[in-house]
Amino acid sequence: MKKVEAIIRHFKLEEVKNALTEGGLTGMTITEVRGFGRQKGHTEMYRGTEYAVDFVPKVKVEVVCTDEQLQSVVDIMMQAAQTGQIGDGKIFVSDLANIIRIRTGETGQDAL
Amino acid sequence: MRRVRCGSVLLFVFFLLLFPQSLFAQEADPATNPGHLTWMLTSSALVLFMTAPGLAMFYSGLVRRKNVLGVMMQCLFLMGLMSVVWALWGYSLCFGGEGKFIGNFDHVFLKGLTMGTETPGELPGGEVPDLIFMIFQGMFFIITPALICGAFAERMKFSAMALFSVLWGTFVYCPLCHMVWGEGWLYYGSEGSLLGGALDFAGGTVVHISSGVSALLAAMMIGRRLGFGSEDMRPHNLTYTVLGAAMLWVGWFGFNAGSAVAANDSAANAFVVTHLSASAGALSWALIELIFRGKPGVLGTASGAVAGLVCITPAAGFVQPMPALAMGAIAGVVCYFACGKLKATFGYDDSLDAFGVHGVGGTLGAILTGVFATQQVYPDGPNGSVQLVIAQAAAVGVTVVLSLVVSFVLLKILDITIGLRISQEGEVRGLDIAEHGEEGYIS
Repeated sequence: MKKVEAIIRHFKLEEVKNALTEGGLTGMTITEVRGFGRQKGHTEMYRGTEYAVDFVPKVKVEVVCTDEQLQSVVDIMMQAAQTGQIGDGKIFVSDLANIIRIRTGETGQDAL
Repeated sequence: MRRVRCGSVLLFVFFLLLFPQSLFAQEADPATNPGHLTWMLTSSALVLFMTAPGLAMFYSGLVRRKNVLGVMMQCLFLMGLMSVVWALWGYSLCFGGEGKFIGNFDHVFLKGLTMGTETPGELPGGEVPDLIFMIFQGMFFIITPALICGAFAERMKFSAMALFSVLWGTFVYCPLCHMVWGEGWLYYGSEGSLLGGALDFAGGTVVHISSGVSALLAAMMIGRRLGFGSEDMRPHNLTYTVLGAAMLWVGWFGFNAGSAVAANDSAANAFVVTHLSASAGALSWALIELIFRGKPGVLGTASGAVAGLVCITPAAGFVQPMPALAMGAIAGVVCYFACGKLKATFGYDDSLDAFGVHGVGGTLGAILTGVFATQQVYPDGPNGSVQLVIAQAAAVGVTVVLSLVVSFVLLKILDITIGLRISQEGEVRGLDIAEHGEEGYIS
């Protein structure tokens, strides 16, 4: 099993969600996050006082899937979240040790 | 239905016959001229509206979210506190008697104030009943210390703020208000006044310079906020600030046009020049931001409008519309530099620019009043001249010295006795939780 975390642009969230749902995923978790990569931040000015805003707001989408689903999940995310401009975000893939459904106690892929 | 109407008409005629004097005598008495009365009642409400929601929103949007209630509370609480002080002794110390420097105790507890205009002590405000003049002036007594709160925002103890406001109102505002408006030492044309006296229509010296320089001193004495210059101190909600500025703009019509103390041509002039100066200020600040940073800022435009309003305040009853446009435009540019450059150069933390806008804008307005004043607007006054500019500058000087010296003593006493600043832990958590046990925003 894999956990896929994608940092994406806010306005791409709806597209990514719809594409993943159509691709067969049944759940996801999103978080408002701030950070920077190559896009870097920007500066803001308030009555002549300048603030460098290093952390740009993004959305983090977390989904879990089977090893077989992984490639298609990544492809769907890539396609839906891409604009081609700097700041499109990144996808992190990691191994997942276990999943437990709280209601029934099912574990592993059964809990997906 | 018809019967009822006939009945009430008959009843009305009956009362007319019963009290003919009371109904018809009023129209001849200027003291109860309903036009003047209506405008002054409206103006009083407009000036109160400036402190909250106007100033409360303008200021609270500029602080961090953990201090939003603290700042709103300062404005709201001062509405109550200063009004009580005003009724108990403030009004009397401002407008009682004919002393040169401060009023007397003739009107403590509002003694002798009636719906007439001939209470003892020859009160000003002849066009409306003394009671109305009193409440109109009381609204100025509220907003002036509230303006100072912008300088020590986010770190002043609530108790120290409240005590300071009472003492400051009593020992800075009252003497100044008496000298400028109570026919005292700085009043234009009063006997033995300083260099012939100065013009201050609605509070350039009394309200804006006094609060502005006291604010600067307070900011320096209390010290910078923790993390000033390194932490993120961006305004937490500029939408409040913009709406607050717009409310100030509207309220200012009461502040300035109400200062005519009548619904007359002087009020009309004040209304027009106030609006034009605010407009020019908003434009000029937006323009200078466009030039220096490439984008016209929203906070800048709001601040520019306020700078224009501050600048025209002393001049509203003395200058014509075109000079008012110039005054607003100059104020927008000068205050832009005062807020952006002065603070950075000297490193003080006037958190919400009480000095940069009110101190600097007020001084500019007082001086420019001496340049642009004309008898075409106020026939009993002077025309702009070098001599008048000098008299205006002298009044500014007196205001600055009085404000600085007395504020210094008051702040020093409070610092030694109860302390001005909240604990470091409280400052980190924010005024809302540390001082009031509440939060402005849940989640």
